[in-house]
Amino acid sequence: MMKRLLAVWHARNLEFLRDRPTLLFTLLLPLGVVVGMGFIFGGPPRPLFTVGVLGPRIDAHANPFLHERYVGFVPVRDEAAGLRAVTHQRIDLLVDFRGAARYWVNTDSPKGYIVEKLLLAADPGARRLPVTGRAIAYVDWLFPGILAMNMMFSCLFGVGYVVLRYRKSGFLKRLHATPLTALEFLTAQVLSRLSLIVFVTVVLYAGIGAIIHFHSAGSIALLLLLAVIGSLSMIALGLTIAARFSSEELVGGLLNLLTWPMMLLSGVWFSIESAPRWVQRIAEIFPLTQLIDAARAVMLDGAGIRRILPNLIYLAATTVVFLAFGAWSFRWRVD
Amino acid sequence: MPESAPILEVQDLVKQYPSVTAVNGVSFAVPEGICFGLLGPNGAGKTTTIEIMEGILPPTAGAVRYRGEPMGARFREEAGILFQKTALQDFLTVRQSVALFRGLYERGLDVEEVLQLCALEKLAERDNRKLSGGQQQRLLLAIALVNDPRVLFLDEPTTGLDPQARRNFWELAESIKARRKTIILTTHYMEEAQLLCDEIAIMDRGRIIARGAPQQLLREHFSEVLLELPRQEFPEPARALPLKLIEASDRVEISTNDLDGTLRTLIEARVPLRNLRIRPANLEDLFLDLTGKELRA
Repeated sequence: MMKRLLAVWHARNLEFLRDRPTLLFTLLLPLGVVVGMGFIFGGPPRPLFTVGVLGPRIDAHANPFLHERYVGFVPVRDEAAGLRAVTHQRIDLLVDFRGAARYWVNTDSPKGYIVEKLLLAADPGARRLPVTGRAIAYVDWLFPGILAMNMMFSCLFGVGYVVLRYRKSGFLKRLHATPLTALEFLTAQVLSRLSLIVFVTVVLYAGIGAIIHFHSAGSIALLLLLAVIGSLSMIALGLTIAARFSSEELVGGLLNLLTWPMMLLSGVWFSIESAPRWVQRIAEIFPLTQLIDAARAVMLDGAGIRRILPNLIYLAATTVVFLAFGAWSFRWRVD
Repeated sequence: MPESAPILEVQDLVKQYPSVTAVNGVSFAVPEGICFGLLGPNGAGKTTTIEIMEGILPPTAGAVRYRGEPMGARFREEAGILFQKTALQDFLTVRQSVALFRGLYERGLDVEEVLQLCALEKLAERDNRKLSGGQQQRLLLAIALVNDPRVLFLDEPTTGLDPQARRNFWELAESIKARRKTIILTTHYMEEAQLLCDEIAIMDRGRIIARGAPQQLLREHFSEVLLELPRQEFPEPARALPLKLIEASDRVEISTNDLDGTLRTLIEARVPLRNLRIRPANLEDLFLDLTGKELRA
């Protein structure tokens, strides 16, 4: 038994070691993760709470609350934007220390509840002002992110592995012997996956929405348009990964390399308002960030098409770029 | 052999891989309407040559012309291809698999007509993964015929099939030939080549070593008959006899114009003749004669 086990173990090791792209990727990925985590989470301890401070800059002497440990303070120039951030729980509290201390808190936010206690302990005279409009519960804030994340996984892994299987089985080679072009094949894959994802997302939206009693503040038709364009962009992204390679391990690794940063930095679970600016800039590149931001604007604020037009244009443009790159780099057969 | 303009011209084809030259300066032309066979043992370069001709592999050097033009969209519309190995999309029935490929061409045959042509009507609703080897090959042939191709490539179409399935496939190929289609066939079954091919090219180590109509090649290389004896029954001292011997893995063959004289020589040398077989030369002998190797080696 041991002999057979060793024979299989040895053969598998040889296969892995001779698959150079996968080997390189396997070695480089952990290194990249360590460096990336170091950049993002290195330095002093991360704050537990994020508080917006109205004004162009933060004057540390303005209030004793500003000396609290584990609270991150970010300057907020515009009161309306700050209030929207409180409503959406992107920040836990908004304070104004430019005159008599006053603050705004989302009463549905657990973190807002705790950080309010800290503020009142440091400055009992601070005055709470009402948050105008509907306060957003965390689950409401989370809902668009969860839907979008589900779409992302279905888009990237759903098409990536299918194309890989087609290539390895020789089915793509057979298609190559027909008048079918790479762009036609990829577009067909995109459209096939798109209809499935949109259907599943609509079912999830209706089902989960009914359970948590969620009602979108904005247009459902606009949400549907957003789901379509967002899915197109992420399916096309998945196809660029699967366009060339023939190794499951490499493609799986690359898809993970894409999905994990998007899941952590696109604001699915928590707002990255207090993250370094450069991290926020990177997050803005991800189609998932654009999709979630626009979905939250429609679902929570009732935003119309004009407000989310930049997101829609970005997602449509990335779809075209990813598809063009995928068609250009496409391989019909195993090299 | 029908006289007509070449439908395919292969010019100085070279395919170089890092450690081997798979195709080394191959040139030939295929007239329209014939069955052209590329013969050779495994590794001779015939599949590489045919895949370059199909437009699947790019050549390192040289060119292939289809109807006088460089390979292009017209070729893809008018060519039907049956690869040595092809997987189809899972969970599709036979009819759906054929219909998928029919949808990729501007013109072609009706799906039902193709199913009938390849004797697949009764299997039309069966999952394509649940077909026997012969049925699978008939389905792949149906897919190759779905665009009513002007030229049909068959790359070792009967390898791995049982004798009955192979004969069924040959009957199908004969019926396609009768429709005046040009067929490019690679095979290492000599019976297949002799039955189907109007013209053959024999390849070895990336080169064409002989080309012509099978009977013409046999006439050129053999005026003799062959006497075949099992190798283990051929005594060592008999190798010194003044005979033209051809060594094969399991037998010894003697090529001769003087059958009576050769038989007398063998009897006098006390060579056992109870398993002797006398036959005319075939393509297998031709290949052995040209390369010193057996075709299926």
